[in-house]
Amino acid sequence: MNESLFINIIIGISIASTPLIFAAIGELLVERSGVLNLGVEGMMIVGALLGFVVQFHTGNPFLAVFAALLGGMAISSIFAFLTQFLLTNQVATGLALTLFGLGFSAFAGRGYTEETIVLIKAIHIPVLSDIPFIGPLVFSMNPLVYLAFFMVYLVWWFLFKTKQGLILRSIGDNHDAAHAIGHNVVRYRFMAILFGGAMAGVGGAFLSLVQVPIWGEDMTAGRGWIALGLVVFASWLPFRIILGAILFGGITVLQLHAQGFDIRISAQYLSMLPYLATILILVSLRIRLKNKTNRTVPNCLGRIFHSTS
Amino acid sequence: MSKVRFSSILKLTVLSTVLAFTSNVSADPVKAAFVYIGPTGDHGWTYAHDEGVKYAKEKLGDDVIMTTIENVAENSDSERVITSLARKNDIVFTTSFGYMNPTVKVAKRYPDVKFEHATGYMLEDNVSVYSARFYEGRHVIGKIAGRMTESNVVGYIASFPIPEVIRGINSAFLAAKSVNPDVQIKVVWVYSWYDPGKEADAANALIAQGADVLMQHTDSTAAMTVAEENGVYAFGQASNMREWGPNAQLTGIINDWGPYYADRIAAVRDGTWSSSDTFAGVQQGMVKFAPMNNNMPTEVKNEAMQAIIDLSMGKIHPFTGPINKQDGSPWLAEGETPPNFPDLLTMDFYVEGIDSQYPN
Repeated sequence: MNESLFINIIIGISIASTPLIFAAIGELLVERSGVLNLGVEGMMIVGALLGFVVQFHTGNPFLAVFAALLGGMAISSIFAFLTQFLLTNQVATGLALTLFGLGFSAFAGRGYTEETIVLIKAIHIPVLSDIPFIGPLVFSMNPLVYLAFFMVYLVWWFLFKTKQGLILRSIGDNHDAAHAIGHNVVRYRFMAILFGGAMAGVGGAFLSLVQVPIWGEDMTAGRGWIALGLVVFASWLPFRIILGAILFGGITVLQLHAQGFDIRISAQYLSMLPYLATILILVSLRIRLKNKTNRTVPNCLGRIFHSTS
Repeated sequence: MSKVRFSSILKLTVLSTVLAFTSNVSADPVKAAFVYIGPTGDHGWTYAHDEGVKYAKEKLGDDVIMTTIENVAENSDSERVITSLARKNDIVFTTSFGYMNPTVKVAKRYPDVKFEHATGYMLEDNVSVYSARFYEGRHVIGKIAGRMTESNVVGYIASFPIPEVIRGINSAFLAAKSVNPDVQIKVVWVYSWYDPGKEADAANALIAQGADVLMQHTDSTAAMTVAEENGVYAFGQASNMREWGPNAQLTGIINDWGPYYADRIAAVRDGTWSSSDTFAGVQQGMVKFAPMNNNMPTEVKNEAMQAIIDLSMGKIHPFTGPINKQDGSPWLAEGETPPNFPDLLTMDFYVEGIDSQYPN
């Protein structure tokens, strides 16, 4: 295999993985606070649309990404309001959010299916990007790829190195106890959900701003669901999101390349692999949970918190 | 990657509601329904069908009430959608190969309703099949690709290994080979009709592996944008995709379903509809072409134009023997052309010379 092809494959994997990293790291924080939001797909597609629309009208990538972030946040706030204040069922509300997002974006985006935009380009740092091999791999990625890695670090730092992170985790593990010692469960969860929405929005926008310069209905094509699986795959540990996303995204890209080289591995089997891995990890989590050696699953995940005092 | 298609349920509900309010037209118009595999905004397959629907509506005016449902997955969902449409319509068009079995199944339960299934081959008393000879279009773009490639690698983004897609690959390869004996075709299956992200990934992979001309048999404009970005050539699929690849698009195969739809619906109105098997091509105007790009050398353009003229006069057939199958066994003898059924409509093999293995 020659060098430029190898670099191209790595860049391809990074492009396929980044939307998953964004969406999954947001959802990870949400789930760590004890909330299960199945609306990731819906929040992503709204982000994809808003990013595209703003890029189309302004040509300003910063505004476009920011709009996607706000859009994801806005639609997640519906979920946050319903589940945190009206105490609706999280699974049903999350599914409804996905349906709403897909339908709303399809409707609102009607006028944009004929348009195209200028993509957000990979960066080029003089000298550094020109180093053979290392340059293209480390210093010439798309700015949003670096941002995705940084967000993973930021979430890890927040969860495990800050007091607020500790409180958020304690809320996710036992909201009654956290409430009893005076923490505002609803406020923390509300903020976490908004953060999850923002990240899903940016992840969706990555598709329409970096991967392809078009807007198409349903263009997220199930990536939100993969992100949800990814959080489980990562056992709710931030850095494992990167590993999982590279696995999930990498398999897509590698099997396309394998076909080009006429290496015969069944595409269907390959596409199954990450999900199989997720199931295996779920099983091992259960076993470790039984032996009380696991501390990463948020105990209150999906449970409704109702303050009685 | 499996798609979750709850949205079609929602759309069905919304559409039926809309219909309930709009169906107070006089003189018993024909009620025609269309089932689409993707969104009409794909600017490919579904878009082309929808353009046909608009044409027929314009032509027939108040004589017809159209219902269209997008994003209907090719699974049990489709049978439910077709059933509910059969209850309220006089004629139902199902516009994807994967709707074949559900269409026939529902047709048996609703003998008074007419059905039209695109790209399949199962005829019933109340089920017509219709398809276009897209392989004639592939013949033309195959010739252009064979001339335009410098790396001698033509990339092909394919959806599912069904006869229609296989015909396209074989036809494009034979045409490219006829003008460039060294040409090689790399086929990548994405196992989806519409996933812009994955189509773009596939286009990138093919370009990285040396392809400098891309063909696609998927529905979105994603591959065209990647071709434009990378300075390689591509062909519009099902509609003119020039907007997304002003330099990349050499020409495009355009599916023109409009006149057919208008005819069939008018036949229901006039009571003359009967089950039929339509397989029309360049000659009948069902397969058309986007304008040739000016960045093509004149000889290449002329050669392509000549092929279009020959096809439209029925002078040539893209599959003219001698042609062997990939394993070397003979398919067509010298000068022989294949019958529609079974050879063309159930084609499940590559022709000799294609390097890629046939997908299983």
